[in-house]
Amino acid sequence: MSVIQDGGYDRPGIIEKPPVLAPGHTTGSVTDRISEVVTRGTPKWFYPAFGFSFLLMMLLIFSIAKLVFQGTGIWGLNAPVGWGFAIINFVWWIGIGHAGTLISAILLLLRQEWRTSINRFAEAMTLFAVACAGIFPLIHVGRPWLAYWLLPYPNTMGMWPQFRSPLVWDVFAVSTYATVSVLFWYVGLIPDLATLRDRSKNKIAKIIYGMTALGWRNSAKHWHEHEVASLLLAGIATPLVLSVHSVVSFDFAVGIIPGWHATIFPPYFVAGAIFAGFAMVLTLTIPLRSIFNLGDFITQRHLQNMGKVMLATGLIVAYGYGVEIFMAWYSGNPFEWFMVKNRVTGPYKWHWMSLILCNVLAPQALWSRRVRTSALGLWIVSMFVNVGMWMERFIIVVTSLHRDFLPSSWGMYHGTIWDWAIYVGTMGLFLSLLFLFIRFVPMISIFEVRTLLPEAKIKATGHPKEHH
Amino acid sequence: MANNDQHQATPQPSTSAEPTGRKYWRSLEEFAQTDAFREEIAREFPRLAIPLAEGVDRRRFLQLMGASLALGGATACTKQPLETIVPFVRQPEQRIPGKPEYFATAATLGGYATGILVESHEGRPTKVEGNPEHPASLGAVDLKTQASILDLYDPDRSQTLTHLGRIRTWEALVDALMGAAGAQSASGGAGLRILSGSITSPSLAAQMERVLQRFPQAKWYQYEAASRRNATLGASAAAGQPAEVHYALAEADVLLSLDADFLAQGPGSVRYAKDFGRRRRAFVDGVEMNRLYVVESAASNTGSIADHRLARTPSQIERLATALAAEVGVAGVSSPGDLDEATRNWVHVAAQDLQAASGRGAVLAGDHLSEELHTLVLAINQSLGNVGTTVRVTQPAAARPGDDLTDLRALVDELNNQEIEVLLILEANPVYDAPADLDFAQALQNPKTWLKVHYGQRPNETSPYCQWHIPATHYLEAWGDARAYDGSISIQQPLIEPLYGSKSTHEVLAVLEGTPGVKGYDLVRDYWVEQLGSEKAWRKAIHDGTVAGSAAEALALGPIDASAAARAIAGRSAATLELSLRPDPTVWDGRFANNGWLQECPKPISKLTWDNALLVSPHTAQELSLQTGDLVNVEASGRSQEMAVLVQPGQADGVVTAHLGYGRTAAGRVGTGQGFDAGRLRTTEAFWSAAVTLTKVGSGYQLAGTQEHFNMEGRHLVREASLEHYREHPHFAHDVGHEFPPEMSMFPPHPYEGNAWGMAINLSACTGCNACVIACQSENNIAVVGKDQIAAGREMHWLRVDQYFTGDDYGDIDGMVNLPVPCQQCENAPCELVCPVAATVHSEEGLNDMVYNRCVGTRYCANNCPYKVRRFNFFKYQDFVTPSLKLQRNPDVTVRFRGVMEKCTYCVQRISEARIVAGREHREIRDGEIVTACQQACPTEAIAFGNINDSEAEVTQWKGQELNYSLLSELNTRPRTTYLAKVNNPNPALASDHSAGEGHA
Repeated sequence: MSVIQDGGYDRPGIIEKPPVLAPGHTTGSVTDRISEVVTRGTPKWFYPAFGFSFLLMMLLIFSIAKLVFQGTGIWGLNAPVGWGFAIINFVWWIGIGHAGTLISAILLLLRQEWRTSINRFAEAMTLFAVACAGIFPLIHVGRPWLAYWLLPYPNTMGMWPQFRSPLVWDVFAVSTYATVSVLFWYVGLIPDLATLRDRSKNKIAKIIYGMTALGWRNSAKHWHEHEVASLLLAGIATPLVLSVHSVVSFDFAVGIIPGWHATIFPPYFVAGAIFAGFAMVLTLTIPLRSIFNLGDFITQRHLQNMGKVMLATGLIVAYGYGVEIFMAWYSGNPFEWFMVKNRVTGPYKWHWMSLILCNVLAPQALWSRRVRTSALGLWIVSMFVNVGMWMERFIIVVTSLHRDFLPSSWGMYHGTIWDWAIYVGTMGLFLSLLFLFIRFVPMISIFEVRTLLPEAKIKATGHPKEHH
Repeated sequence: MANNDQHQATPQPSTSAEPTGRKYWRSLEEFAQTDAFREEIAREFPRLAIPLAEGVDRRRFLQLMGASLALGGATACTKQPLETIVPFVRQPEQRIPGKPEYFATAATLGGYATGILVESHEGRPTKVEGNPEHPASLGAVDLKTQASILDLYDPDRSQTLTHLGRIRTWEALVDALMGAAGAQSASGGAGLRILSGSITSPSLAAQMERVLQRFPQAKWYQYEAASRRNATLGASAAAGQPAEVHYALAEADVLLSLDADFLAQGPGSVRYAKDFGRRRRAFVDGVEMNRLYVVESAASNTGSIADHRLARTPSQIERLATALAAEVGVAGVSSPGDLDEATRNWVHVAAQDLQAASGRGAVLAGDHLSEELHTLVLAINQSLGNVGTTVRVTQPAAARPGDDLTDLRALVDELNNQEIEVLLILEANPVYDAPADLDFAQALQNPKTWLKVHYGQRPNETSPYCQWHIPATHYLEAWGDARAYDGSISIQQPLIEPLYGSKSTHEVLAVLEGTPGVKGYDLVRDYWVEQLGSEKAWRKAIHDGTVAGSAAEALALGPIDASAAARAIAGRSAATLELSLRPDPTVWDGRFANNGWLQECPKPISKLTWDNALLVSPHTAQELSLQTGDLVNVEASGRSQEMAVLVQPGQADGVVTAHLGYGRTAAGRVGTGQGFDAGRLRTTEAFWSAAVTLTKVGSGYQLAGTQEHFNMEGRHLVREASLEHYREHPHFAHDVGHEFPPEMSMFPPHPYEGNAWGMAINLSACTGCNACVIACQSENNIAVVGKDQIAAGREMHWLRVDQYFTGDDYGDIDGMVNLPVPCQQCENAPCELVCPVAATVHSEEGLNDMVYNRCVGTRYCANNCPYKVRRFNFFKYQDFVTPSLKLQRNPDVTVRFRGVMEKCTYCVQRISEARIVAGREHREIRDGEIVTACQQACPTEAIAFGNINDSEAEVTQWKGQELNYSLLSELNTRPRTTYLAKVNNPNPALASDHSAGEGHA
């Protein structure tokens, strides 16, 4: 087996792999290039872009205010379909939030070095997606001002939450996930915040970065403890990647509604979440990479790997769809089988077909290396997946509920303008946070990219060779 | 002068001088008091500006309006009785705060009384229940009577007496009427006319006679839009004297209905349903089951429970009746030759069945069929030997039986001929509901009639044409009386002082008698003390709500000659497409249009709310290329009206049905503008039916129904079999579907010691009449949500009656089944498991309790409920503002706020009440002590409720039957509500017909 040991080639034979870091960089150039995105000043396009996102965020706030003052009835919900956009969006955003932790934690533990240049960004995306997701459980309830009753806290009512309910599990799962993600992200930021502190010219920026850097002095002891903390957090976060979406899937799987009550849901939801998460990372990275000219750090190799992950998880998801249909038939349960027929041929058949197009057919393009190595191709596929994963949740939530056991109670569900306003509004929140992040924090981990440099390897191992 | 102005216009700042002291001024402008200065002062010292000087802003306006509305409701603009607010020194007997009292009274519809008991909380009537002593009720009550209590508290009721829209006193009206009466007495009242609805009240009729004695030339006319003239005229023609037919169905083995929805509509329907129901469900106890043949033009409640049902147009039905008459041997009648073979066979079999049950059968005809048909039907009953046993011919209940149409025609002619000077309209609305060809509004505008007085509970289409409007009392506010369907006397006792100083009909007529100021109570009491002989008998009549044994005597009936009637029927030509006009099943002739409960109550079979649609059969719709929601121009009798189409399975081909009572223009905030005014197609000639043409003019009209899908999709929801099949396979209800073996659980079953509440619903007896739905709404303070919310799928009814059609062909259904679905109170409740805040929990008596205070509104429970009985307050549906509506609510039931889930509780407040009573008496709760609202109202007694741990309890007996099954038992929810499978009694001779079907629908 002839292994080409050169930086660009680390696998046997024919497949040429681009590097994870463009050649020719030094510690200084890496630091300069990444930190200058923050320190260079605000680019002109930032204002309209951020302004637009901010307006959408205002729409979110307005829609929520309307919701609180007028009631859940402003949405399209009704008697058979008690959950709609809010839950769909919640699951969608939570799914998107999965890529960050996966990249940060699991790939870190698996020593996949290509993750270094995208993990910061993916983690930030995770946080913002979880922030968006977190809004929905609070506002989807009929009396949002009492949503805190889902928390276990000592109270004069002498009441605990009802621990058998998956919604209570959700509270724990999502809040744990959010906490760990914030910690992980922030701990990872500390060395870079110190870099920015040292490089900022502006006094206020210096003070703020200085405070947030928590007195980082680049000492060996600091680095050691930082490393330990990161690994520990990675260890904690890893099971969360699997648990959060499993728990979210229990919201459905624990129900007795045909189309919800299925044991395949946890793995299929986790795969779907990773699928959706990587799609969103691609959707955002590809334009940013080109805007900020970061092709050196986010290389072909990154894009291709993400494409592969999407293809693999996409296949798992497609398998999930297949198994769902098979089990409905094989179980001999007439309600389940009706549910499948109704999904495929009923009034929501176009939703189902678009789901298949987006989530099953479109990702098959990723078998082609040309698509995987084309930024535009990947971006298009990722957009399909973003839409498809939203559609998947729509199919699960709505088509299961709208025609369940008693035909007399069947009905239809359509989102109203306020359903859409809140959904679009959370995108505004997400983008606003993302723009602020890009503007004020290095979107690529400077210190970790530095470890990709050949000089880092020499020091670390004594061999000019990358680890696998 | 300037000085005075200053003090009025601009109050002084506190630092200013005393008005009486020396005068100071800050500037020449102030001294001069210019407008500009006042403006400046107002700007600079906003608090000094005169409040409301320049109009009020919106917020302040709303505050004031709110305050005045509240005050208006509290004081009702009338002088309150002089009384000091102190606690009772001596508590009135039996009045215990928090404990409701019940009083017997009577509600009327079209003059016919239903005896009721009304629940009163601290002087507020809150709920109507049946009066077990009353022959028209026997403890049950229909939906319209129950909903009538909401009319009492209708905020749109007239609150003041008005003349040309201005508030006047009662004395002013008395003066005007007395003056007019004085002017009329010279001519003997030649210019005086009184128009009322149909009146059965003996005391009122006596009063009317006194008025007519005083004014011999005056006339009293009666008109009901839902007139029974055809029935009474037909019966009278047969009997040779004024007569009315009613039925004793407890004795009837075989019934044939000719387009008569006798189990749900019309006088006596509650009693008929009661008698019919007993014969329907008691077959397990050895009582022979009756058999019901129905031929009808539109799918009805009665049709839904028929053993054999034919859908035919009204004219076909009349011909079919002729064939039936010929079959049973009515003299002088020959069968029409043009009946198809299937119909002929059907009639033949039914006739044989009826003949075999001679004296124990009944043929009933719908009020809208022709008077000749009613004569013919009485002849059929006579030749079957039914008259005198199951069919009773008596004097009419109406005090002065007449012909509504003749009356109304005469009135309009006299108006147009300028013969009428004074017109008193008593609780009638002819401008809206008179036949369109009479053009009543035009007639009312004749200049000769200088005094027009409208007496009614609320302003309506007629009141603007009258100078005077007198607010009428609700029946719960005034003394009165009426006769029931069989002539029984029913005393109408008020439960509350008039809310708005309204006057009763008796009190208004007393003015014309020349004795204004006489109390309604004295008029009614004096009449009855005289009639009954003693004060004691009168008091007993009040207490009982009826006078026992006061039913009308049967008339002696000679042989009926129906040949002329049959010839008249045979001589009629049938139109290719017929229009059938019928009173609406919920809002009737429009009088209940402003009643939110009735507007929102799903119409039988179609489940439509808030609208009346043109019902078209699937085949006819296909021929005419129409679909549900299309707007058509309906043309009949030279008149046209736009209506929305509803394609309705079960409707006869060749006939379109339109319900009256909609399209009101002045009904009030609830009823105005809902639906289409089918009454515009009505003429005196074509009163109930006409030839019609339809032209499609649009589409996309939104009809809001509570059910969209009427096919059971092969699921074993309603299990049905013939009596024959049941006798051979008593276990048939369990031979379908998948029963969940109770032992299939990882956990031992939870033991329920003490009481364990359960319900059983007998599908053999359910007609789907919706009485339970309104009973539940009334008992449990269930909100009305409006058409848009119903269309959005957000109805709030805790109990619904599901409707399914059976058979494979949507256009030609085999039958209909009703499935009432309250909360199933599952022992393994899927809702409880998923609630994150424990807002829905299990009680130790097995109830699935809903804790409104704890509910945060995740709606997870509703999603996970396989029966979809949970209802969510998407908005603040309850009216927390309108003062009068607050009085109606049941104080024992929480009024739910927005954002919380609600559902059927098995009337837990009634359970608690019984538990408290039993606890105080140191005993167990007895069987039958707790009666749920739905159970109480049900006219066919299809619901049993009680303690399933008590082996003697009725509900346990029911659940012990082999017919007992659980809905969706395969889910292992173990519902406490179970169903007794539907058993029907088809005639084996019509075995090819659907109902002989096996197993399930």
